[in-house]
Amino acid sequence: MLRELKEGLAAGASAEEVVSAIFEKIKRSRLNAYNCLSEESALERAKNFDKKPWGGLLAGVPIAIKSSISTKGIETNCSSRILSGYIPPYDAHVIERLKEEGAIIIGKTNMDEFAMGTSTETSCLGPTRNPWDTDRVPGGSSGGSAAAVAAGEAPAALGSDTGGSIRCPASFCGIVGIKPTYGLVSRYGLVSYANSLEQIGPLALTVEDAALVLDVIAGHDPRDSTSAEQDRVFLPHTERYLPSLTNGVKGLTLGVPEEYFGEGVDPEVEKAVWDAISKLEDLGAAWKMVSLPHTKYALAAYYIIAMSEASSNLARFDGLRYGLRLGADQDWHTTFSEIRAAGFGPEVKRRILLGTYALSAGYYGRYYLKALKVRTLIKEDFERALSAGGADLLVTPTMPFPAFKIGERIEDPLSLYMADVFTVPINLAGVPAISVPCGFAGGLPIGLQIIGRHFDEASILRAAKAYEDATPYHEAVPKEVV
Amino acid sequence: MAEKDVIIGLEVHVQLNRLRSKLFCGCSTDYHASDPNTHTCPVCLGLPGTLPVVNRRAVEYAIRVALALNCDIQGETLFYRKNYYYPDLPKAFQITQYDFPLGLGGSILIKGEDGEEKKIRITRVHMEEDPGRLVHAGTIDRAKYSMVDYNRCGMSLLEVVTEPDLRSPKEARSFLDKLRNILEYLDVFDGDLEGAMRIDSNISLTGGERAEVKNISSHKGVEKALAYEITRQRSARRRGVAQVQETRHYDELRGITVSIRTKEEAHDYRYFPEPDLVPMRIADWVPKVEAELPELPDAKRERFVAQYAIADDHARSLTSEIRVANFYEVVAKRAPPRLAAVWIADVLKGELNYRDVTIDRFSSHQMVEILDMIEKGKITEKAAVEVIRTILDHSGDPSVVDPVAVVEAKGLARAEDDAVKAAVRAAVEESAQAVADYRAGNEKAINFIVGVVMKKTRGRADPGEANRLVKEALDGI
Repeated sequence: MLRELKEGLAAGASAEEVVSAIFEKIKRSRLNAYNCLSEESALERAKNFDKKPWGGLLAGVPIAIKSSISTKGIETNCSSRILSGYIPPYDAHVIERLKEEGAIIIGKTNMDEFAMGTSTETSCLGPTRNPWDTDRVPGGSSGGSAAAVAAGEAPAALGSDTGGSIRCPASFCGIVGIKPTYGLVSRYGLVSYANSLEQIGPLALTVEDAALVLDVIAGHDPRDSTSAEQDRVFLPHTERYLPSLTNGVKGLTLGVPEEYFGEGVDPEVEKAVWDAISKLEDLGAAWKMVSLPHTKYALAAYYIIAMSEASSNLARFDGLRYGLRLGADQDWHTTFSEIRAAGFGPEVKRRILLGTYALSAGYYGRYYLKALKVRTLIKEDFERALSAGGADLLVTPTMPFPAFKIGERIEDPLSLYMADVFTVPINLAGVPAISVPCGFAGGLPIGLQIIGRHFDEASILRAAKAYEDATPYHEAVPKEVV
Repeated sequence: MAEKDVIIGLEVHVQLNRLRSKLFCGCSTDYHASDPNTHTCPVCLGLPGTLPVVNRRAVEYAIRVALALNCDIQGETLFYRKNYYYPDLPKAFQITQYDFPLGLGGSILIKGEDGEEKKIRITRVHMEEDPGRLVHAGTIDRAKYSMVDYNRCGMSLLEVVTEPDLRSPKEARSFLDKLRNILEYLDVFDGDLEGAMRIDSNISLTGGERAEVKNISSHKGVEKALAYEITRQRSARRRGVAQVQETRHYDELRGITVSIRTKEEAHDYRYFPEPDLVPMRIADWVPKVEAELPELPDAKRERFVAQYAIADDHARSLTSEIRVANFYEVVAKRAPPRLAAVWIADVLKGELNYRDVTIDRFSSHQMVEILDMIEKGKITEKAAVEVIRTILDHSGDPSVVDPVAVVEAKGLARAEDDAVKAAVRAAVEESAQAVADYRAGNEKAINFIVGVVMKKTRGRADPGEANRLVKEALDGI
């Protein structure tokens, strides 16, 4: 789809008209996918493009950005009151890359506050609605990005994925989302929730679109010490993922982890995933059952690590230098305590408190260190399952069930946390994964998760593309698209 | 004096201020003459989304120091987060080291209270970032508001922790002097810059709990604060009041320490490994850094004794500051080394200390000229001291630079023999009583006459020579 858009623009279609049409659509929309639009700068850039078109992998292509990714001159508030009005003086690495390749930033998308959630309901700006059923959540935390892409309010978007925050909303909204290998995409400029787990990645309508955006944003960045060295990834300005799409699945062996099926999984979801496995088999892939025996510890380890890191990352928000300010200042201690009390929502406070507790003297060994050990075991599970002679890729459901109703789970954090059971192990292991549409249950999209070896995004994309070409699910259009 | 029951250990924060950029970002370290908050960037301001990148040169400097302090360099080293809220800390955590510090188990030699060499053990050396600086509008307890300057934020610090091996405030001070000396030898540190070194001292009396006196920036201040603490803890003990583990602040103006918090109120810093940085394998860096390590004070002292045949005390004095040692070596190439050692170690350093200025105020060329005049008998030692003082007191005055010109202008040249002889004759004539006393067998009376000669020649006569001539005149009559 991006290819058609690019070809149209190259053939003389007006970028200004494309961008204006998108803004009109956004303004008519009831989805609340955006929390801030950069209409003026986007239209100006589009006009400039029309006057004197430039080149690049995304020349003239409008793109939406999750509110946790820093954009110079555009408010980046992470859907939190405490960052209201914060306008970064610098661009994230991925934003620099998008601009270098000619893209046009149209706005910042709604999200769970500081990416803490699975439904985009914890946003201080109200929930985003699922375009397939506006009574339902779009998933989270990158729910705004997913809903915008699914509803045609953005041709493509960036999200961030700490424990499923790209794949979950991609699955709930019936689109494609990639969580890259940890270290493939620079985190410089991504407002940290849990540094050791998260990656920025694309949300798009098709595998090809997602691969194109990934081509743009992947690559080494010396400003991120956890960014992989050049020889492990590919040189910037080259297309590495797009050409791998056409290779098909012949010769690939798929592993089906036994722990990802059964109890707690919606039967329709389970059926759709098995149908997908059969389809891939028809296309020439082999498959076998594998085991990831430490899966049952993943959620606990994930939440301890994520909350611990978050408690430290979010401590800097005190209203002193930027963000929320309340009435008259008192002494520093009182002022910053009041700002934090008023600025953070209940889920963020819950995670800060739990994380602070887990890192406290006397508990560190019992919680944080133990969680790190579990993380190592889970990583080894994946390395074993994906070792030479084992499987090349793993296939699982992305989410155990389709999108739930707004308000249905928000009062029960544990049941919300449980929804992440198939996505968090991937972040703990640092391996890449994609979610692609694989069917519907009661009119709601279902996502297929394909997981690969470290830095082997190419194989994931290859399988996802072959599957997409052989199925109609990505062509379905949600009700809410006007 | 060393007291058997006094136990002191130090934690010294050293700013590696000879680095050109900060520890985790590219900001310049040259902020001392700049306006507040002009040497900052999104990274050192801790803006959302920014990430630290380790300055490799800072790690090299840190390895240099750890090697010079005879530490074991760890094969792999790691940064941690130390979490606490304070407005000078924009991320609300300090990136520091915890487990796996850069260097462990070192030592340095100081001159102990008894004058003997004493080994002070170093527990660990680790890297961390400096926070910003608070500026209070008024005094800390009265200020209506405070301002933050983040220029300092993110500067590379080394924390050097000693074992409790020090036994007196004076030993603590000699440790600090020696540490500063080593750091300057390594060219990683300029002790003259504001905030270059900040010291936390732990002090206890045998059997008692310890007090930590925090954040003193001068060596003299540490010595005074520790002396105060010894008196305070002793008198508390006499009154039967037990010392509790506590943190104290040194009030420099009043020369006393004040309790800030007790152990119960201590922070829980919730240390955990910094997820934005990866472990560093530094074992491979060590050989290169070691090969480039400069000569250190103790080695230089031994070499000076051997190479220039000077006294050990002189060598120790000359090497106690890298700039003085370098100055000496330049002079010793162009003047007799032993004479140079005496004049630099005993005279010049004393005059510099008296004026509280550094040796940069004096040039090796000036020293060579002065030594030349002494050696050739053109000026007396007394006049040479006068020349040094004159030059130092007129620093910056271009007309008072050349020692030969100073001697001329002030009429300090050694008096010609005839003039001295004439003065001797006149002195003998004027001093009838002293002459009579001398003749009556009082040899000391001659000193009075020599004094008159010196007065008449305005000090330009050599006292020994004058003595000889007076004696000749008296005995010859």
